[in-house]
Amino acid sequence: MSFFEILRSAMRGVTANKLRSVLTLLGVMIGVGSVILLLAVGNGSAQTVQNAITTLGTNTLTVRSNTGGGGGGGGTTATAASTSSVKTITTKVSDQLADAGLGHVKAVVPQVSTSLTISSTTTSSDSVSVIGTTAGYFDVSTAKVASGSAFTAADVTTSAKVAVIGSTLATTLYPTGSALGKSVSVDGTPFTVVGILATQSAAGFTDPNTVLVAPITRIQKSYTGYGAVSTLTVEAKSSEAVTAAQGEVTVMLNQLLGVTDTSDEPFTVTNQSSLLATAAASATSFTVLLGAVAAISLLVGGIGVTNVMLVTVTERTREIGIRKALGATRGAILGQFLAEAATLTLLGGVLGVIAALIGARFEINGTQPVVLGYSIPLALGVSVAIGVFFGVYPAGRAAAMRPIQALRAI
Amino acid sequence: MATITKATLAPAAVAAAPVLRLAGIHQVYGEGEAAVHALRGIDLDVAAGDYVAIMGPSGSGKSTLMNLLGCLDIASSGTYELAGHDVRSLTENELARVRNQEIGFVFQSFNLVPRMTALANVELPLIYGGAKRAERRDRALEALDMVGLANRADHQPQQLSGGQQQRVAIARALVTSPTLVLADEPTGNLDSESTEEILSILDSLASAGRTIVIITHEENVADRAHRVLTISDGLLTGDRTGKAVKGRVK
Ligand SMILES: Nc1ncnc2c1ncn2[C@@H]1O[C@H](COP(=O)(O)OP(=O)(O)OP(=O)(O)O)[C@@H](O)[C@H]1O
Ligand SMILES: [Mg+2]
Repeated sequence: MSFFEILRSAMRGVTANKLRSVLTLLGVMIGVGSVILLLAVGNGSAQTVQNAITTLGTNTLTVRSNTGGGGGGGGTTATAASTSSVKTITTKVSDQLADAGLGHVKAVVPQVSTSLTISSTTTSSDSVSVIGTTAGYFDVSTAKVASGSAFTAADVTTSAKVAVIGSTLATTLYPTGSALGKSVSVDGTPFTVVGILATQSAAGFTDPNTVLVAPITRIQKSYTGYGAVSTLTVEAKSSEAVTAAQGEVTVMLNQLLGVTDTSDEPFTVTNQSSLLATAAASATSFTVLLGAVAAISLLVGGIGVTNVMLVTVTERTREIGIRKALGATRGAILGQFLAEAATLTLLGGVLGVIAALIGARFEINGTQPVVLGYSIPLALGVSVAIGVFFGVYPAGRAAAMRPIQALRAI
Repeated sequence: MATITKATLAPAAVAAAPVLRLAGIHQVYGEGEAAVHALRGIDLDVAAGDYVAIMGPSGSGKSTLMNLLGCLDIASSGTYELAGHDVRSLTENELARVRNQEIGFVFQSFNLVPRMTALANVELPLIYGGAKRAERRDRALEALDMVGLANRADHQPQQLSGGQQQRVAIARALVTSPTLVLADEPTGNLDSESTEEILSILDSLASAGRTIVIITHEENVADRAHRVLTISDGLLTGDRTGKAVKGRVK
């Protein structure tokens, strides 16, 4: 019996019982598709996090106070400032650091943050993240002004009541028409919207598009007080200078804050590469988790296929008996069942791959899935192996019987 | 390697030498208390080119014997020689070849493959015999034509009557032109007209020198054979010359 003949009789077997074939196809398709798609989602979210961090710039450092400075509310900051004013990073320290003439440092941008209610004449929005900073913020952070303009250094000097707001906040407050040039009330104080930020993808748990950025002097004056800033973003002159800048900043801050015991510094300096490493680690564990879920779905799909194959062969033991009685060798029968199982599972697998590739084109829960190359042969290989084994193994047992045994099997 | 070729089975080459030789054949189904002794010591020689009918009551072991002759089963004890070769000594693939090339088997219960057309069913033995596609189709259609079912070639078994399925099964048994035709009640489901058609096919096969063994309950079917065996309770109890031969001799 030629290879072509075996294929032809396999195709006849596949089309003879359509329901069975469709069930097998579906089982393999779902198994393969979900494995590829779930791994793609895990990988995609990992890449989103990495991209977000990379776009922050690899030449920036973040300095956080260890004593309450990282918190949000003005109250906390005020207490921290009064109890340990010497050892907190204030705007004064920030200015001194910027003016210290450090060789590898290009800019120092302080930020204070709090959470306030912001309203227009028609709507209001609770707990909006408010950032007080200097004009340099728009150079060192991922926030870029899309329409209007950023506030200026002069605005900071004069504590101007101007604000740049996130795109979501803009449409919340002014659903019809642009918010640009309009007035918004921040806890009762009117601010003029001078700019609207470009929409950013969410990297963490907070929405980066619901935010209000205003001059640090104004935010401190009206809301947080003049205590510790929450973070300092330090821009190094180049990405190669980051490590050197980190050393300079640490030494200079210790000097400015009068720290003598360097094992107990009141601040932490982090650079993006260490953030990247942390994020990569958490993304990996997320992918592993999704991979486990995917493996389970592949297993379930495999059990489904196994089930159909086993039922099929039992059902077809009589047919195997007839074929043997007519002179089929064991090899010919094995070949037929192998070709049938391989055709069905391969077809189902390929459909699963196509479905997964189509599914991966859509955002799933804010994440753009990125298909992992190795997941395709892996998922295909495992499901085809399962399908072929359970299609062929019982057929092989039936083919080893005497024809009359197989004929009387049911 | 023990090979059986068409030549060794053909009447010209073997002359009157027995083509089937059974000695002390026992067949036991099941074990212990539940054991059924279907055959209890069968000794039988069938000469090449003979036309043998087997008769006997239901459950007497006719089908059991036929399955052994067709190499579909192996006897519990005793020896079965087919064209001088002990069947037990043949390998699996040799047995498959014998079933495919030398034997045409008609089952009591048809045993057509469901969901496959009559034509495809008749083509099956030719596929395993390695015939080319076009040749296969021609020969299968020819065989269906011979049993009067050429117009039903594209029907599946479940779309055919019992008698029609029987005739497809006969076409399938004859399509390889086997030298040994074994038929287990081939006319059991047929009306007298179809029975007559089948019997005349068997007659012409017999006069062409094929060896035929047929099981039947009907005297008029047995009358066409050259030799009539009676089996009861797993033993051969009668062996007489068929009416056809007597008629011809006288
Ligand atoms: N697979 C089997 N297992 C157990 N007993 C069997 C089996 N096949 C046949 N038998 C028994 O062997 C005996 C002979 O059966 P067989 O089928 O050869 O009868 P038969 O002569 O062909 O009858 P019929 O004319 O009804 O077809 C019966 O008693 C039957 O019950
Ligand atoms: Mg019977």
